Amino acid sequence: MSTKTKTKKYTFPDERGYYGKFGGKFVPEILIPAIQELEAEFQKAKNDETFQKEFKSLLDEYVGRPTKLTFANRLTEHYGKGKIYLKREDLCHTGAHKINNAIGQVLLARRMGKKRIIAETGAGQHGVATATACAKFGLDCVVYMGEEDMVRQKLNVDRMTLLGAEVRGVSSGSKTLKDATNEAIRDWVTNVDTTFYIIGSVVGPHPYPMMVRYFHEVIGRETKNQVHEYEGRNPDHLVACVGGGSNAIGFFYPFIDDEDVNIIGIEAAGFGVDSGQTAATMSKGTPGILHGSLSYLLQSEEGQIELAHSISAGLDYPGVGPEHAHLKDLGRVNYHAVTDDEAMDAVKLLSKTEGIIPALETAHAFAWLEKLMPETSKDDIIILNCSGRGDKDMGTISEFIREKEN
Amino acid sequence: MNRIQNTFTEKGNDSKLMSLFLTAGFPDLDATVDLILGFEKNGADIIELGMPFSDPLADGPTIQYSSDVAIQNGITMEKIFGMVKEVRKQSEIPIILMGYMNPVLRYGVEKFCARAEEAGVDGLIIPDIPIEEGGIIEQHAKNSKLSLIYLVAPNTSDERMKQADEKSQGFVYCVSVTGVTGAREGEEVSKSVNRFIERVKTNITHNPVMVGFGIKSHEDAVDIASNADGFIVGSALIDTIKKNYPNEGWQSALFSFVHSLKFGN
Repeated sequence: MSTKTKTKKYTFPDERGYYGKFGGKFVPEILIPAIQELEAEFQKAKNDETFQKEFKSLLDEYVGRPTKLTFANRLTEHYGKGKIYLKREDLCHTGAHKINNAIGQVLLARRMGKKRIIAETGAGQHGVATATACAKFGLDCVVYMGEEDMVRQKLNVDRMTLLGAEVRGVSSGSKTLKDATNEAIRDWVTNVDTTFYIIGSVVGPHPYPMMVRYFHEVIGRETKNQVHEYEGRNPDHLVACVGGGSNAIGFFYPFIDDEDVNIIGIEAAGFGVDSGQTAATMSKGTPGILHGSLSYLLQSEEGQIELAHSISAGLDYPGVGPEHAHLKDLGRVNYHAVTDDEAMDAVKLLSKTEGIIPALETAHAFAWLEKLMPETSKDDIIILNCSGRGDKDMGTISEFIREKEN
Repeated sequence: MNRIQNTFTEKGNDSKLMSLFLTAGFPDLDATVDLILGFEKNGADIIELGMPFSDPLADGPTIQYSSDVAIQNGITMEKIFGMVKEVRKQSEIPIILMGYMNPVLRYGVEKFCARAEEAGVDGLIIPDIPIEEGGIIEQHAKNSKLSLIYLVAPNTSDERMKQADEKSQGFVYCVSVTGVTGAREGEEVSKSVNRFIERVKTNITHNPVMVGFGIKSHEDAVDIASNADGFIVGSALIDTIKKNYPNEGWQSALFSFVHSLKFGN
């Protein structure tokens, strides 16, 4: 097959790990050797056919890729406008896209001879994915999780424990993902010689945002192939939810140079963008440095990090990946936010029309259809990244519905 | 020559400088100026004044705690500058502001450096700014005559130590052990630190070397600072405050601890 290589117009990050003015590696000196080693090893692995083969084979045989692109006929009928397709990352082993990255980073850890893995998790999906990959390769695994999230996501705590991971509850600060991340970094600082830190989103110091994007790019590449096969052309709209932004970047990245594609990222507005209880970093944030990179942050006038709120533990984070910050500034991706209530309505709608109970994170992307669909025409193709399934959220969902009914 | 360099020049070769870290606004906003002056009277040569941050990822539970208390007490950057100004009415002790980059960035880097100079600050230590990211602040610090002090750790290569030496002014901060801040048990602060400091001294030739992390007694200081120009204590002071505050005499208990750190019992 002869392939014409198109020159990429979009080439971020630069050599210093910057996406425009965002990114970088703002970490204590102790971590610099680890980050440099990781960057070198990642570059080597990318060019190593054996690594590529092993990664691909695990994605196929273990994760269950390629995931399907499903035409959502009843949802399409519901809106009576453009055609809606779902990229089914919820069909991945462990129930969300997170496993792509966990497998990729565990393979890197193994190459580097690291036997101890640490991770942080909010909703627990990244923790479950990491615990799964560690079990598969016989590595020790410690997962940091905020105590509030441990309550919200008890099922995932039990899954991680069953998979052999140690879940360490974090009681500082908001007891959510932000604080779990601080603790994971402290562990890494203390045990940097023996320990590999698997970051679960496109956040953290360079090379993490670039590396995590790389392991998730498969989502967008498959989507592109599939929509070309079914429809013979690019989609008109792509929609994905954005907390840190890993599923969104993986899904968007292969389309960034395709200027005909309207790309939309949906954040969690919580009780509302201006309610003071929100996780809408792109709408309400200002540039700042947290957890190793410069990006948009929810912060006070004094530069103290503010607590995020979302009904979805996976979106409940006051920062966002630096590449998203850059894509926002470029105007290449349009970011919006939807509330807890809107997300919950979307859970109900998708469940009843398509027989798919989405994760609460994913539901935020679906909720945007209320705004997007009236603007579309019959021939428009809309693809949503169905990033994870809602089993893990059933406790929160049931409680929400019960409270509304009383 | 600024106050930091003067202090090293004046000390001579046979004594060790003691630098003390205190979180601004801890245990309360009114205490900071008195504590700094009391530290100086009891043997401190340099003060590192912590600018509290909500997410201090290189710090252990002790400094995390003091930062949280100070934020709850309503500390702001303006108040910190005000504290330094107060101290300057009575003292010429070198004062270094130490904290994470985000509050500095939020304040505005250029404005921050100018205000710090005006208040009488001598230097800056920002643990989440490695050499690679120094560009975000170096020129502004230089314009405001603030010494920017970089850190080196046991896993820092010889090459990077030389770069840290080149880019630092005042001294180089030597993190004695791999880990977060916090007092450690004696065995942990071991002879390996001395070997590390020896390596540091062969690579760092322009600047004095101060060693910190894990020092909680005069014995620790003597033990690990033997090859360095001085030592830094932080968490052990915060712990002492935590233990005694707000009981009667908490300040004198603290000052006698400071005295013992420098001079032994």
